[in-house]
Amino acid sequence: MALNPKAYLAADLLAKTILKKPTRDGYGDGVVEAGKKNPNVVVCCADLTESTRSLAFKKAFPERFVQFGVSEQSLAAVAAGMAMAGKVPFISSYAMFSPGRNWEMIRTNIALNNVNVKIMGAHAGVSVGPDGATHQAVEDMAITRVIPRMTVIAPCDMHETRKATIAAATLAGPVYVRFAREKTPVFTTNKTPFKIGRAETFRFGKHATIVACGPLVHTALLAAEVLAKKGIDCEVIDNHTVKPMDARTILASARKTRRVVTVEEHQVHGGMGSRVAEILAASLPVPMEFVGMQDRFGESGNPEELIEHFGMGVSAVIAAVRKVMKRK
Amino acid sequence: MAHAHDKEIARLEEIANDIRKSIIEMLLAAGSGHSAGPLGMADFFAAMYFHVLHHNPKKPHWEERDRLILSNGHICPGRYAAMAHAGYFPKKELLTLRKFGTRLQGHPERERLPGVETTSGPLGAGLAQSAGLAYAARLDGKKWRTYCLTSDGEQEAGLHWEAALFAGKYRLANLTAFVDRNNIQIDGMTEDIMPIEPLRAKWEAFNWHVIDCDGNNMQAIIDAVHEAKAIVEKPTVIILHNIPGRGVSFMEGKFEWHGMPPNAEQAAIALRELRTLGGRIRAEHE
Repeated sequence: MALNPKAYLAADLLAKTILKKPTRDGYGDGVVEAGKKNPNVVVCCADLTESTRSLAFKKAFPERFVQFGVSEQSLAAVAAGMAMAGKVPFISSYAMFSPGRNWEMIRTNIALNNVNVKIMGAHAGVSVGPDGATHQAVEDMAITRVIPRMTVIAPCDMHETRKATIAAATLAGPVYVRFAREKTPVFTTNKTPFKIGRAETFRFGKHATIVACGPLVHTALLAAEVLAKKGIDCEVIDNHTVKPMDARTILASARKTRRVVTVEEHQVHGGMGSRVAEILAASLPVPMEFVGMQDRFGESGNPEELIEHFGMGVSAVIAAVRKVMKRK
Repeated sequence: MAHAHDKEIARLEEIANDIRKSIIEMLLAAGSGHSAGPLGMADFFAAMYFHVLHHNPKKPHWEERDRLILSNGHICPGRYAAMAHAGYFPKKELLTLRKFGTRLQGHPERERLPGVETTSGPLGAGLAQSAGLAYAARLDGKKWRTYCLTSDGEQEAGLHWEAALFAGKYRLANLTAFVDRNNIQIDGMTEDIMPIEPLRAKWEAFNWHVIDCDGNNMQAIIDAVHEAKAIVEKPTVIILHNIPGRGVSFMEGKFEWHGMPPNAEQAAIALRELRTLGGRIRAEHE
């Protein structure tokens, strides 16, 4: 076991009984804390108040909660106006609708305008499950990371989502945070460090580097544990900030292992792994494998079977590491 | 209802004429840009910058200023000209319109030019941002008002009506919208491209107070704004019926001039018309 002791991960990290909670709960807690610290924080919601977990804020600060109805385009553009007047709006909907449907308003009215709006995208990934492909956002990181000035964060569990939400409130400028619907392992702790733009190495290893984001960081740790028993020692990086990405941490690890596998619940085209590839290609080209959605849409099913079906489970990560180890 | 004195109206009309001259000079220098819209709205810009707005050209970031959002960013030459005449920046800078390095971008950008409240051009987004400003101002108990000019073509955009619903629901009486109703858009007449009438009924159905107004009549514009301020239970929209290309005879009412600048010869004719107020007076420079 080569876990980073300074990551302060949960003691029952690998146990099947580990506590599971949805990352969106972390947003709900975090945005209330942000609201307590800053009276200018407002929460704008488009008819998904309970589901996105904005409800906690609505209860705590009803006068600072704004209901839009099914109007994601104005959700983004009205929030831009509020930000111009000094507010710090958190706009929350499903990632498929915001930043999906309202991308141009986010690009022009928020990012080009350079105003302080936080875009909170719930229900990202195929693990949304039974709702099917219409509601499974697997393109959201690609479409946000191409926007200048935008910060993009994919937190790995409930605690990290809470920290990301609070940190987003204090960062000047537009931020996109994606979170998931399903309950996933709560494997970091309150003491686990979090800083926007700094990747955290959760496990040290020398044979291959697994760069992951979102709840699949836990999957990567499980895969690393299996591989360690076979004599393959993987470094696991929690690469929560997809933009601006921590090139230094990734390059240092790749310099050591010379093998990189990226893991994300998102299209491999244009996502987190693509950015890792851009960084490595520019200064340290090493063999890479990409675990993620392979240019396909999702479908209905339960989350576990969808993750397996689309090749993003523990076995898929193990296979990717084995494959990258064979490459020269 | 407050009426401006005849002398004030005459002053504003003269300013509007000066703004029109600047618009022609700018478009000629730029070699591209929109002619008809800015000319049609010159009276509106003169009324706003020289009579209606609480603002300070020397302190464009003054927190208590009224906000004027130009949703139809493509008619920015009119706004830029009015701003320069009001003292936001030197008039000679107007000739940098659309050139590399200019603060006067082809479509206006926030932060590039102090006094431009928001980046605009992609139609349908200005009213939403204005509603956000108005909502935030009310939340903070601020007295400043938000004004938003929209085009008539932009009444075809979905986002625009989302914002209208929002402002109607929240009774944003500190928000006044204007529709530049000149009946033209890039591809032709609005009622041929995508009919927006009955426009008054649409706005009323969205819970707005509606005023129809002659958009080239200074007194009428100012009276309409005063009426909007007096309506406290809902937002107001003022439909500014106006003639695109107003003041330049060969541009008036022609959709072909929506997105086209004049060439040197046309500009000379246009400026002569504007200097002589359509031949009614002798020009100084002849």
